[in-house]
Order: sequence, then C-alpha cells, then structure tokens
Amino acid sequence: MTENIARMPPERFFSERFDVTPSLMERLLGSNLAGRVDDADIYLEYRVNEELVLEENVVKKASRHVSQGAGVRAQSGARTGYAHTDDLALKNLEEAARQARAIADRSGGSGVVAVAGRGRPHDLYTLAEPPIVTELARKLDLLRRIDAACRAADPRVRQVIVSLTSEEVVMLIATASGWTVGDVRPLTRLNITAIAEDGGRREIGGFGGGGRVPFDFYLEADRWKRFATEAARQATLKLSAIDAPAGTMTVVLGPGWPGILLHEAIGHGLEGDFNRKGVSAFAGRLGQKVASELVTVVDDGTIANRRGSLNVDDEGTPTGRNVLIENGILRGYMQDRLNARLMGQAPTGNGRRESYAHPPMPRMTNTFMLAGQDDPREILKAVSRGLYAVNFGGGQVDITSGKFVFSASEAYLIEDGEITKPVKGATLIGNGPDALTRVSRVGYDLALDEGVGTCGKDGQSVPVGVGLPTIRLDGMTVGGTAV
Amino acid sequence: MSADAALLADVLARATARGATAADGFLIEEQSFSASVRLGQVDTVTHSREQRLALRVFAGRASAAASTSDLSRESLERVVDEATALARVTAEDPHAGLPDAAELIEHVPDLQLEDHEGPEPTPEDKIELARRAEAAALAADPRITNSEGAEYFDRRAHYAYATSHGFARGYSTSSFGLTVSPVAAKDGEMQRDVWYSYARRRRALEDAESIGRTAAARALRRLGARKVKTAEVPVIFDPDTAASLLRSIAGAASGPSLYRRASFLLERLGTRIAAPSVTIVDDGLLPGALGSRPFDGEGLATRRTVLVGEGKLESYLLDSYSARKLGLASTHHASRDGAGVSVGTTNLMLRPGTTSPQDLIGSVKSGFYVTELIGFGVNGVTGDYSRGAAGMWIEDGRLAFPVEEVTVAGNLLEMFDRIEGIGNDLVLRDRVAAPTLKIARMVVAGD
Repeated sequence: MTENIARMPPERFFSERFDVTPSLMERLLGSNLAGRVDDADIYLEYRVNEELVLEENVVKKASRHVSQGAGVRAQSGARTGYAHTDDLALKNLEEAARQARAIADRSGGSGVVAVAGRGRPHDLYTLAEPPIVTELARKLDLLRRIDAACRAADPRVRQVIVSLTSEEVVMLIATASGWTVGDVRPLTRLNITAIAEDGGRREIGGFGGGGRVPFDFYLEADRWKRFATEAARQATLKLSAIDAPAGTMTVVLGPGWPGILLHEAIGHGLEGDFNRKGVSAFAGRLGQKVASELVTVVDDGTIANRRGSLNVDDEGTPTGRNVLIENGILRGYMQDRLNARLMGQAPTGNGRRESYAHPPMPRMTNTFMLAGQDDPREILKAVSRGLYAVNFGGGQVDITSGKFVFSASEAYLIEDGEITKPVKGATLIGNGPDALTRVSRVGYDLALDEGVGTCGKDGQSVPVGVGLPTIRLDGMTVGGTAV
Repeated sequence: MSADAALLADVLARATARGATAADGFLIEEQSFSASVRLGQVDTVTHSREQRLALRVFAGRASAAASTSDLSRESLERVVDEATALARVTAEDPHAGLPDAAELIEHVPDLQLEDHEGPEPTPEDKIELARRAEAAALAADPRITNSEGAEYFDRRAHYAYATSHGFARGYSTSSFGLTVSPVAAKDGEMQRDVWYSYARRRRALEDAESIGRTAAARALRRLGARKVKTAEVPVIFDPDTAASLLRSIAGAASGPSLYRRASFLLERLGTRIAAPSVTIVDDGLLPGALGSRPFDGEGLATRRTVLVGEGKLESYLLDSYSARKLGLASTHHASRDGAGVSVGTTNLMLRPGTTSPQDLIGSVKSGFYVTELIGFGVNGVTGDYSRGAAGMWIEDGRLAFPVEEVTVAGNLLEMFDRIEGIGNDLVLRDRVAAPTLKIARMVVAGD
C-alpha cells in the first residue's frame, strides 16, 4: 500500500511524478528572475505523514496526510517576494515566479549576487527502512505493548494515550546561482501520555522520543519500555507533589531536555534576523561577554539521526556546527542567506521553513552546552536550599526585552544538599542576556534530549533538539504559589 | 453541481465502493496575500493558493482519516484507498460514526462572512496600509526607535462539506488583518509591543494610524520595567490577557479532555465553577464575526451555547464522537482543521459587567495589572496556573510603573471563583474576547 518514496533521489522523484525537472526550475528562475534580483530560489516539497493513536487500550485513530507544493522566492535588498502553490502544474509555477518577482521589480534590483552553495551536503540519516514504510502491524503491536507496560508500571495509571507519527519529506531546491540540491528527510516521534488518579487527585505526565531514525529505534534496548515506565512515573510523581515555591533561589538543571533553557534564553536572541533588525537583546554584542566563562554553547545541525539535524538547510546550505558562545564570549549568530548577505556574514546552514508554504528564516537545529568538569552529585550537594528541575514542558521568550519563561514538569526541592520533595507548577523566569552569567557550576554529564522538541516562530514550527549537562544557576526567579 | 460538490461526491463514492460503510469530506480552498513593511520599506510580500481535502472513512465502527493537498484524480484515488485500508486495521469503537443525517443543517444562513465590496485594492494599496500603520507608530514618540514591522493580510476561503448519505453544503469567508510591532528604547533598554485589528470586511478594519498609535503607546509604557517583590496581591487582567483565561476554560470543557479524564472540569457539569457574576457564551451566529460559521465540521447547525451561566457550568463543548462517549448530545462544536475532527469554539465571550476598567484599577491599593503573558504554564488536568507576565504595578488605585520578569500563579478554578470585578469594556476583536477582569488575589513571584 505504501509507496516507497525514499528509494528515489529527489531530482528523479519530482521529475517523474510532477514533470518538474532541475532544468525547468532553472529556466523558471532564469527567465523570470535573473538580472533583476539579488537572490532567488524555487523550493519543491512532498510530504507524507502518518499518525497512529492508541487510547482506552485500542488503536482507534489512524490518519495519513499528503501535502505537496512549491515556494518561489525573489529577494532584492531586504525585500522578499514569496509565492507558493500546492499545484505543481507549470502554469502555477510560472504564476508564482511572476508574483515573487513583482516585489523585485518595484525596487530595481542589482542583479544576482547570491551566495553560491558551498560544501557538500551531509549524509546524516539514510535509513535502510525509513519509519514511514514500516508495516502497520508492527507499529500497532508496539503501541499495544507500550499501553500495557505503562499501565503495569503503576496501578494508579488510569488512562494512557500513545501516539506514533512517521513522516518523510522530499525536498528539492534550485537557487539563482545555479546550485540545485535535494534531501530526503525521515522523522518519527513516539509520545506517551499517562493520566494517574489517586483518591480525588488527578495528574498528567508524559514522555517520548524519536528522531531521524528507523522504527526499530524504539525497540533497541527496550527503549519503548523505558519511555512507558517514565510516562507513568511522571504522572504518579505529581500526585504527591507539593506547591512550588515562589521567589528567587538557586536552581540546578538536570542534563538533557532542560537545555530548553539555552533555546529560550539565548538561542532565539542569536538568530540573524532579530540581530540584523537590531530588535534582539543580543544585537551588536558579538565579542562581548554574555555568559559565565564556564559556558560554551553550540548549534549543531550535523549530528547523525537527531531530530534537529539536516543534511542541508531549507535554502540548500549544508548545515554546520556553529559556536554561539565560547567560554562566555558571544561568537556568532545563526544565519539564513538573506540575513547573512545583509550583515556581511556567511550563511550558517540555519535557514529553515515549516513547509513550502513558508519563506525560510534563521532557526536553530540542535542547541546545547558543552560539558564542564564538575561531578553532578557534588553540584547538588553544595546547595543548601533550591530547586532541582529535570524535565520541562514548553518555554517562550520575548526577544526584544530578553525575558523568557519555561515550565518545569518534574522538579524537586533541594534541602541541605539532598533532593527532597517533588514540586508541581514551577515556572522559571529570567532575562536572556543575564541568565547564563549566573551559571556557577557545569557538570561533565552532557546529554542531548530524547528527540521531542518542536520550536515555533512567526507561526512556523520546525523540529529541533537541545542538550545540557547538569548546571547550577544562582538567583533564578521561580514562579510558584507557595510564598 | 459545483466543482467542489462533484469532487467530494466522487471521493465519497469511491470510498463506498472500496468498502467504507460511511464517509465524509471537508474541502478547503483558500487564497491569501500578505505584505510586511519594516521602517517604511517593503519587507516580505507573500501570495498563496492552497486547497486541502480532509477525508474520514468508517468501516463499520472502525474509522480512519486522511488528507491531501494534491487534488489530482490519481492522488485522490490513492488517498481514498489508503484511508479505507487504514480503517480496516483500527479497532472497533461503538461511539464512532457520522451524526444522524436527520440532524444535519438544511438551510445555510448567510452570516455575512464574506466581503463583497469592490473593487479589490492593488498590492501597492495594501502595502501602503501597512506602511501608514507603521509610520504612525514611528511618529508617535522619539523613543520609538525601531520596529519589527507592520503586516497586512487578507484571505478568502471556501469550505465545502459532504457526507456519503448525500449531504453537501458550503460557505465562503473572507478575513483581513493589520498588525504593527514597534520597538521603544531608552538608556539601552528595548521594549516591543503589538497592536492589531482583524475583521471579516476590509472596511471594518480599524484605522491604520490608530492601530500604529496604540501599538506605540503599549511599547512606550513598558519602558523602565522592573521586577517586584514576591507577594500575594489583587491581579487585574487586561482584555487580551483575560481572553487567554477563557481559552483555558474552553479547553477543559471540551469533549476530548473530558472523556480522557484530563480536565479540571470533569464531573462539574451543573455545578458552580466561577463567581456568580461570570457568564461565558460561545455564539457562532453573530453576523460578520470572525469566529462565526453556519455549521460545524460535521454539518451540524451552529448555535449560541451558554458555557457558564452566572457561575454555573451549563454546557460542555462537544462533537458527536465525544458526546456519544459522554452520553450527551453534540453541542455542534466539531472543528475540522487537519484530517481528523476536534472540538473548537466559535466566538467565545465573557459577558461584560458595569464597572469601567479605570474604576477596577482604582479599587486596588497595591496590585498587578497584566498586559502580557508568556509561556505554557497551564495544567489542564488540575487547573494549576503559572505564567510569565508583564504589565503595570498598581499603587493607590493608579498605574504606577511597568513590571516585567515576574510570574502570576494560582489555580484556574480558584481564579474564576475569586473574580470580584468585571469591566464594561468587552470588544470582540478576535474569536475569543473578554472584558477587563479583577481577581481578588494571586501570587506574583519576582525578587
């Protein structure tokens, strides 16, 4: 039933299926756009997404979504014309190119000076069997086993919802500088939600993971069982949690997913667009000290099989390992082609878009802090009173003022160096340019997250990764209810 | 038969031929335009045409969903085949199925959701509207030094719905919007804020200069913001932040949260969940309103639903599936955004009171006036609430100084119980709207 789209290179896929060849794309760019704009490209995308949902012990929901389309972009100075269509017929592509060009005509462009594609694309996620083609029976069987394992982990678990999504995106981009590159991107994510009840009290907890990996990833070393048990633990732990404290205190963040701190506190503020426009709290601060000297932060899109990784970004630029902060000093921004050109910098492989229906902008890939020297146990032992946060829900930042928040889904009080009671409803709030100056200890236990992150910006969602070693932050504000 | 209806009929016929016992399809076609301007220069202009078919098929009591943006015959056939194949592997569910054919809407009312006034302005005219709005913000004060830009958008959409029992209806909508996001700066500090206008008719958009000036005033009043000491104080939510509290109530009252037992409103139907002054209505029949629609995602006629009446939870928000699971009737709130069916509100509003917002602020000796909330600290299962906030500190009944980098925390049920003042300033600016709300006390965490 399932067509195996991954078996074909993107050039051949689009030419066989839609009669859109690289030479046709070049012709569209050439006849419509050449000589009048600074940069232009045509992006083709075909996406298949499958979702299976188990609730009340059975798989009741199954869905499959197909989307396809083309986005045509023309840029002149800081101006962008963008047109997209979900009908890949030639007349629609020509019309899209005409609409995109209209913007350039209005400004009298200076001719193509686009940055040529540099370097070779990576090969980070070629899979023998991509998750979208794995047979349904195996997926359904896994969902049932997860449901049973989660319920068996604790009798107080009353509801289990398991969802498994599998996706494949085929993209092909042709730029005005003659660079054509394609990519086939597998992605899968498993999410387990447990609802626990005890007496009159109800709580919800969740866990999951995934990446640009085959379905068998979930079976390796019984990873699925660990996820199921962890979801049950997250929900039942909160049944006995006390109200979070309110006020300023020492906060210790555990390894892995708490790296969302970096994503919110500094990541967005280091995206090129906000800095070119001078609306980021980090604008004009390259070379300045913005963090404790213990802190080195990188954004790395080149890690094999990670959720945030890409062989090339959505403008065709190979991704890189970009140092954002080195020993506390701000070293670089994340760039797409437009902002790199306008700021006189090189593209960093961070130009991403949600789909063909959205123009690209600078976005993060996998953002993490490098490991330090400290023993995580010693970091905790040295805290007389504070909060130890090991799992988080979502976060958000106001890029201009630098203020960010993120919500802890698993956190504990630290009393006299010991982890004591679990707390619920703790929100951490801080100021981006200031938060990382408060880092006083960095553990040697760097971990990346399990592969669940999705980042939203200007209404566009893209998969991302984060990572962190255990760190201590002095004087963070915790927004609980216990005064 | 229109082209939409013919396409849907073909798809549903093929599903039946492939063994589906019932099926329904929702077809959305839309065209949109947007233009952003930054510091007087055009930034991004976007044109788009999109179409999407969402299909649901039933094989007895088992179901599956599929969607596609490729409406070629070959692709549609593949989608139908895949959906019917998927429906064969999902489990039987006694509550699955379409609504009764007899309950579907017969006459589609004209809710004035589409702007027919011509002529269509040129792209240059639309860009000019964004430019004027931003220019007004930049001219408002020398401390407005920068801008994230202004954006104009318009969107025209047609929705068609059909079922395998022969039902086929459709309707068209238009929407327009203008937003401005200026940056104010002083002594190295930067503050951004935003103001907007959305409408179904172009001429109903707020004046561009007025949007710009409001956005500037909002950014300016944030300059000099500071943290405050942690305290339990009265908290006043401005209309936009108060509207976000209604969204949380609607989420907890929606069928899927309830049958999953993941809601703080579980088993609360008919009981008091808010102060007696609180009435919350979802009215999908308001002519020309942004959230209005003639029928829901399953072809059931839109209604006016009292969600909370004088403090008492009067109704849940249900589609036909969650209604059957809960042993209730659908409240006609099915929403059809992706391929599946979910629950969504129409125009959700909290009934205004008689006190002016100034008098509400005047009633507070020391407290917090919230104008922005960030983060995701709302737990829909317990109602626990803790979000990042910015706004103004109230001293002796007056807005004294701007506040940032604090959180407001409590529990939604306690917060709605502690509403002790409701403003007279309800304006339906978006699909969810509330007047200014005063909550007797919440924890504000800062230094």
